[in-house]
Amino acid sequence: MGEIWTTYGFPGVIIVAQILAVTVPLLIAVAYMVYAERKVLAMMQLRQGPNLVGPWGLLQSFADALKMIGKEMIIPAGANRVVFIFAPVLTMVLALVAWAVIPFDLGWVIADINVGILYLFAISSLGVYGIIMAGWASNSKYAFLGSLRSAAQMVSYEVSIGLVIITVLLCVGSLNLTDIIVAQSGAGGFWGWFFVPLFPMFVIFFISALAETNRAPFDLPEGESELVGGFHTEYSGMTFGLFFLGEYANMILMSAMTTVLFLGGWLPPLEMAPFTWIPGPVWFVLKIAFCLFVFIWVRATLPRYRYDQLMRLGWKVFLPFSLIWVVLTAGVLVAFGWLPD
Amino acid sequence: MAMLDSTARGLFLTELVKGLALTFSYMFKPRVTLNYPFEKGPISPRFRGEHALRRYPNGEERCIACKLCEAVCPALAITIEAEPREDGSRRTTRYDIDMTKCIYCGLCQEACPVDAIVEGPNFEFAAETREELFYNKEKLLANGDRWEAQLAANIAADAPYR
Repeated sequence: MGEIWTTYGFPGVIIVAQILAVTVPLLIAVAYMVYAERKVLAMMQLRQGPNLVGPWGLLQSFADALKMIGKEMIIPAGANRVVFIFAPVLTMVLALVAWAVIPFDLGWVIADINVGILYLFAISSLGVYGIIMAGWASNSKYAFLGSLRSAAQMVSYEVSIGLVIITVLLCVGSLNLTDIIVAQSGAGGFWGWFFVPLFPMFVIFFISALAETNRAPFDLPEGESELVGGFHTEYSGMTFGLFFLGEYANMILMSAMTTVLFLGGWLPPLEMAPFTWIPGPVWFVLKIAFCLFVFIWVRATLPRYRYDQLMRLGWKVFLPFSLIWVVLTAGVLVAFGWLPD
Repeated sequence: MAMLDSTARGLFLTELVKGLALTFSYMFKPRVTLNYPFEKGPISPRFRGEHALRRYPNGEERCIACKLCEAVCPALAITIEAEPREDGSRRTTRYDIDMTKCIYCGLCQEACPVDAIVEGPNFEFAAETREELFYNKEKLLANGDRWEAQLAANIAADAPYR
């Protein structure tokens, strides 16, 4: 009995505690991301934004969540019930499990696996399934068309994301996310982070991340003017809530990936006194918050792409450009003998 | 050269950055919307809102039951019945306005010879039931008592233009 406790019970409790320590702040972050989005969009559009629920409207998201939980969950008569319910659950779960490999500080990671970046890439690719299942199970033309668009879009932009990740991996020589961040610490400041030497790749990664999370200006899958609500047209109540949470959790995840790959993770911008006093996780969260701000900022600025423009950008601009940059990076690394061991 | 120019602009995302800079600068501009239930925009003295029946300063009601408002009302929203009072003066026994019919054209206050029926500055009289919007004489006189200060000020402000 005691042996079972020490081999399985105690580590299990620790893992559950770690998972809760990541997931609960993440869900709260999602709530405040929604609030921040509404508030920043309002500021950029010279409006007020939510300001009634709690001081400055800070509790607005929780009021919305309560409303969402209280609403009826309608399952259309023609829908495939099992798949219909499972799709939002899958989307949400995939957005959460990816956090297992994200390092918040040196050693602050749930699963320090050596194929971390591949794991992230695989999980974000699986995200398409939630959307396809939702579109198919809804048995509605708008949901179906929305999910088709979304699937095509995510698959297209994953190609260039893959190539961007390859360039980073060429510079690091490891698939472990902690190693990727440590590799950016050499120069002793922000000029060592990969967004400086790989700036074009950084831009491509960020734009692809926008497309990957179905955010403006690539939010065609839910283009309300033509497809009602896209793949979540038929969803209501908490099933819709899960899609909503999943979308924002995915945005935070993509921001975390950007931070890890290009913005030096938990590293302070300068290895000097006032900056090193602030602990690593705070820097990590600040960088994620900055990326999320850019997500919102882009949404406030750019109109939605047309579908053919989206595909053209993905396949005829980003793919060749990132491919050339992979070759160029590899060539430079080999020519100057900078290849990591 | 033009092609080179457009290619360079596309490659360096010049327009994109310009647009982002513009929206960012807008973040620090003062908001242009009003925080409505707490802040309200200015209203003209001629604003035609909720109706009121006014009284003279001595408390006597102004309306003399001439029925000009009832006659002029294009929406047929006003219903008046009148009888001589004990002192022989002519007064209304019934003065109803169906606010669901009213089109807020202001013809009633234009027609009134004694400035009795007026449209005041109040526009926040939404009700939950239809019946609450069938105003009777009592309600209209209460409105008049409630808004009298502002109604008098508005009429005075508009007087030079009449």
